[in-house]
Amino acid sequence: MSQEVLDLIVKKVDGFLGEEVVGKKPEPPPEPEPEEEPKAEEAEADDPKAKARAARAKKAAAAKKAEEPKPPARLNFGKPLIELPSEKWSVELAELLRDDPELQFDFLSCITGVDYEEHMEVVYNFYSTVKKHYLYLKVITPREKPSVVSVDSVWKAADYMEREIYDLLGVDFPGHWNLKRILLDDGWEGHPLRKDYITDKKALGLD
Amino acid sequence: MSIKTETMTLNMGPQHPSTHGVFRLLVEVDGETITKAEPIMGYLHRGSEKLAENFIYTQFIPYTDRLDYMNAMTNNYVYCAAVEKLLDWEIPERAEYLRVITMELNRIASHLVWWGTYLLDIGALSPFLYAFRDRDHILDLLNEISGARMTFNYHRIGGVKWDAPEGWVDKVKEKVKVLRENINEYDTLVTGNEIFQARTIGVGKLTKEQILNWGISGPLARASGLKIDIRKEEPYSIYDRFDFDIPTQEEGDVYARYKVRIAEMYESLKIIEQACEQIPEGDIIHKKGARIMMIKPPAGEAYTRAEASKGEIGVYAISNGKNKPYRVKLRRPSFVNVAILQDILIGQSIQDLVAIFGSLDIVLGEVDA
Amino acid sequence: MELKGFRETEQYDPRILEDIQKSVFFTKLEQLKAWSRTRSLWPLTFGLACCAIEMMSTGAARYDFDRFGVIFRASPRHADVMIVAGTVTAKMAPVLRTLYDQMPEPKYVISMGSCATCGGPYKESYSVLNGVDRIVPVDVYVPGCPPTPPALIDGVDLLREKIRREAKGEKVTQG
Repeated sequence: MSQEVLDLIVKKVDGFLGEEVVGKKPEPPPEPEPEEEPKAEEAEADDPKAKARAARAKKAAAAKKAEEPKPPARLNFGKPLIELPSEKWSVELAELLRDDPELQFDFLSCITGVDYEEHMEVVYNFYSTVKKHYLYLKVITPREKPSVVSVDSVWKAADYMEREIYDLLGVDFPGHWNLKRILLDDGWEGHPLRKDYITDKKALGLD
Repeated sequence: MSIKTETMTLNMGPQHPSTHGVFRLLVEVDGETITKAEPIMGYLHRGSEKLAENFIYTQFIPYTDRLDYMNAMTNNYVYCAAVEKLLDWEIPERAEYLRVITMELNRIASHLVWWGTYLLDIGALSPFLYAFRDRDHILDLLNEISGARMTFNYHRIGGVKWDAPEGWVDKVKEKVKVLRENINEYDTLVTGNEIFQARTIGVGKLTKEQILNWGISGPLARASGLKIDIRKEEPYSIYDRFDFDIPTQEEGDVYARYKVRIAEMYESLKIIEQACEQIPEGDIIHKKGARIMMIKPPAGEAYTRAEASKGEIGVYAISNGKNKPYRVKLRRPSFVNVAILQDILIGQSIQDLVAIFGSLDIVLGEVDA
Repeated sequence: MELKGFRETEQYDPRILEDIQKSVFFTKLEQLKAWSRTRSLWPLTFGLACCAIEMMSTGAARYDFDRFGVIFRASPRHADVMIVAGTVTAKMAPVLRTLYDQMPEPKYVISMGSCATCGGPYKESYSVLNGVDRIVPVDVYVPGCPPTPPALIDGVDLLREKIRREAKGEKVTQG
């Protein structure tokens, strides 16, 4: 049944976008690169930060090589999951998910922000109280200027959850009516849930 | 001729007796009518999600206790269940039964605290004393099985930590009988009370559309005629084996929420009774869970949800194959439910503020994480 | 027992003397004030987190805090003692200090639970103050996470002991 729901969602979303975004098959894994490239990178940048970044990227690449690339639409523990780049995600698409008579995702259960170091993700968990089906929707956004369209006007539940992600991860939600820090003080520096945030309690005057 | 008046901004909190914690509410009033409400929170933000990333999987269980400290068992459960989902472990039968019994006992304790403190807020002192008396009896039972009164840390990844002591199940059975009588007594003491009804009927109404739009779950949703309860929708643990109802009300006002919570306590008692009858002998924890502290779930991500006493509690756990979780997102029902204050208070009069606010049943530990 | 001020006891009728020894009690004014203070410690309901629920339990039917003259007050202006029950965060710390300043003298602070004492399980967290004693002086620390009601009662008892001994001029630092 879940597979059918997934196919239906893929059809609807791709139909709306007018191109194959979530329905497209994964590309075959890229050919293993010869070892020249990382060396060149090292020579380019001498400062330790860039080196560390290069090392991390190398590690990540190795990890990626090891596992099969996942298709953007798949089943995750028996529940449909789709991935979208942030520029394809829009309020209109959110309204389609909510209002389409076959989808009717009327309950926004949870929004999660994740910092993956190379990019950021905002994961929406939808539930339909009428059709009783689920959807994991992942919106992928670059780490440099993370920005995901706010769905606060579609599901009011997004109001606080998006503010929380803005507060703790620094993802911008254009279109949100009142986007400001919610849990931390207005003057707080940095976003604690980012992986590179360093907790220095002495500097904060807490220890 | 109408008299022009200016609106006034009233500040409530962050230290206010009716918020049961540290919560601040800015309300703008025009005469006695509220025109705008802005909740301000974060006074108890302890950064649990960040801490989770620095701990191994088992170390984070005690922190889930401290989210919704009224209903810690369900928090324990939902976090363990998320990790078990990633691990794909089978949980022994007896452990599941012990989990259900402890969760339901804790739900009653949580509703009793709400009942007592809510009536305290709207001006009745003695229900508070009654409620805490019975709550203490429930906590005694949970203390006996887990070793703690409030922050149990009882559920483990793969099962539960301790087996029920000798005669514990019988004690629970006895207690269920007493509780049913007592709750019945409380019901007759308060539900028909005229002053109580005058303060609650027709106050703070929520429609079905509002509930869905704001993502509200739990007794609040069921009081507005929305029959959603995760124990029935997507039976987790072994809830599909028990016969119980989901109490709902159509009115959506404060009184309906009160009645739903009272009815839920009876349903929980029903579940506990059945579970105590059916509980089998056997293991209490998955073989690996009992031995291994350093759990390494395969890379993946899972969202697990459960019905806490406040609503839908969820954990979105992401593993990258290492011994520490990559990210743990906690979907706290109180945090989502409290947002409705911005909408529900508009047009209400200022003296109903505490009655409405209390009826939401929020816990600040959970709002702020 | 020798009574001060009654040196020349032979002047009195022995029966009256016996009566006086039974019913008259001599003390210093400071000690009398301390005695009366220990009998009505009114705490501010300063519930922050989990410990607040245990504090409420202590005030409820089974443990009955009223026996010790401990009656919770909602306003800092009525309170003698602040029971800091829970985690103090960076956002809450200035509020806590304001409330402490609003309390009339003499005032006491009980730090309830490990969070208020030293940050407890949230010691490593980016937003938690490691110990309330960094912003207000603490008289009694009650350990536990959360402390059980008997532990809190014991804490209040220690505070009473401290008030009594300080009135006698002792310097109480521990125990």
